[in-house]
Amino acid sequence: MAIRRILIANRGEIAARIMRSCRALNIEVVLAVSAADREGEPARLADRVVCIGAAKSADSYLNAAAIVHAAVATGADAIHPGYGFLSERPILPQLCARAGIVFIGPTADQIVAIGDKLQARAVAETANVPVVPGGEANSRAEAENLARKISTPLLIKAVAGGGGRGLKLVERLEDLPALLDLAAAEAGAAFGDARLYLEHYIGRGRHVEVQVLGDGEGRVIHLGERDCSVQRRYQKLIEETPAPGLTATLRDSLQQAAVRIAQLIAYRSAGTVEFIVDTRGDAFYFLEMNARIQVEHPVTEAVTGVDLIAEQIAIAGANGLRLRQSGVRSVGCAIECRVNAEDYRNEFRPSPGRIRDVTWPSGEGIRVDTHVVPGSNIPPFYDSLLAKIIASGPDRTRALARLRAAIAMTRISGVASNLGFHTAVLDDAEFQTGGVDTGYVDRLYARRPDLRGLRAAGVSNG
Amino acid sequence: MTLTAADVAEIMRLVEQSKFDELSLEIDGIKMTLRRGGASGEIIRNVTQSGPAVAPVARAAAPSAAAGLGDANHMDITSPMLGTFYRAPKPGSAPFVDIGSAVDEDSVIAIIEVMKLMNTVRAGARGVITQILPADETLVEFGEVLMRMRKDP
Repeated sequence: MAIRRILIANRGEIAARIMRSCRALNIEVVLAVSAADREGEPARLADRVVCIGAAKSADSYLNAAAIVHAAVATGADAIHPGYGFLSERPILPQLCARAGIVFIGPTADQIVAIGDKLQARAVAETANVPVVPGGEANSRAEAENLARKISTPLLIKAVAGGGGRGLKLVERLEDLPALLDLAAAEAGAAFGDARLYLEHYIGRGRHVEVQVLGDGEGRVIHLGERDCSVQRRYQKLIEETPAPGLTATLRDSLQQAAVRIAQLIAYRSAGTVEFIVDTRGDAFYFLEMNARIQVEHPVTEAVTGVDLIAEQIAIAGANGLRLRQSGVRSVGCAIECRVNAEDYRNEFRPSPGRIRDVTWPSGEGIRVDTHVVPGSNIPPFYDSLLAKIIASGPDRTRALARLRAAIAMTRISGVASNLGFHTAVLDDAEFQTGGVDTGYVDRLYARRPDLRGLRAAGVSNG
Repeated sequence: MTLTAADVAEIMRLVEQSKFDELSLEIDGIKMTLRRGGASGEIIRNVTQSGPAVAPVARAAAPSAAAGLGDANHMDITSPMLGTFYRAPKPGSAPFVDIGSAVDEDSVIAIIEVMKLMNTVRAGARGVITQILPADETLVEFGEVLMRMRKDP
């Protein structure tokens, strides 16, 4: 069906981002907001705003019934879930189907299959993609047997997991029982599912992911990879494309592996297949697949010129997958930093509040995805992402230089931000060389104790 | 110190975020009780007060209220959720309340339907219904004023 009006079931920068594509496609926007987001910039930009519930996510952005009801009542044809919140919960596409609303994303069955990390591992193995040695750990005895087989260091992960919750690093076998209990409790609380599995931990790994688009009938294309190795406690901070320093063979193998996995389940919509690349060799392993648009999708858009949100809408509606693999051309390099309302000198503590003033950068090769304007309120109930600054250029050196200049141009007052941290990364020789692994941020801190803040650096503030 | 509308809104937000079901607060002769309840997670807002400094709280409970401002005995009943507003238990039957109906705290005044799930809305105070705002069977948003009432003294 032709999609003429979309209800956006999300907030913040991604709500503003989706709206921008809708505007370009001449699609009307209904924005579902919580009571805390009524006055925000996305609400000002939408054609219609409906308040679906109280500030707390559970009462609003996680309330699938209220969201689908709002879509029906406002005459929306489709719902875009954005990322986070309900984007990877089967309940939303299920309720949409019942109400005759198009869900802009994968099928409920695909969300279930991919969301169960053990099922996803099985899909990867069937697609002939290597997985990290590991498996189920349903009982303590099973976990201990498996742990001896795959050897430490290892990771305990939640079967229903994501976002680092329920994730525990085990360096010594004797710590396993206690950490299993802790992980099960965390997973149970976060996902309502305490099942765990174990994987060998690849210490010097790079996080490389491949963007795919599928039509739901078995045709899948990829739009290159992104390197997201600059992470702190499993939270991505900087992402770039292409991944620096990969051999052409390895890059091609990663892309083909992602396509095989998505093809095997006849994946529909935009998705991302995550891999860990062992920096000591050319080995790579499947980590998981994300059944949504990702925060870092703009770097892919910057080098390919493809509007991924528009493609999601086309696939969900009447147009299907319009691109062919041979039609996707990637030019140059792009890099993104996530600007968060976080005090990076104080353990990255969230810093909600009122933005007194803000100046976002502009210029050649600069894109800013944000919902924040002077006077914006950053409520404490949600994530602290203020903006994504994306810089692109003909090569990595120029993209980095543009991003550095863009950050220097940015002014945020009223809340703390992590801009200083990003500057430190861009100034760091190891990062400039490229191809860092996920241990990078710890090494940066070791070189730059000043980044930990005055107290941790041993400077008295008395 | 006086309690502004923004203060009360902020307090209500904090209670919603907290794990507590009820908050009683007494400042400057203003007595306020916030209660959340209902197994379905329904939030019932119940703002009552005593003493003369009554107007700010009445305003806070009903930021969009046009009538009843400055009148301590008027109260807005807001929608606890987004959904379709029904004035009667089923089509063709008499409405739960009409203008002039006497209600008490537990009187059902309307139904809000969300994806075929019926949720009752209660008056939350004793008094008389003075105004009914949304048309029957229309979409109401979370926090929208459904009815106004004059509370019994």
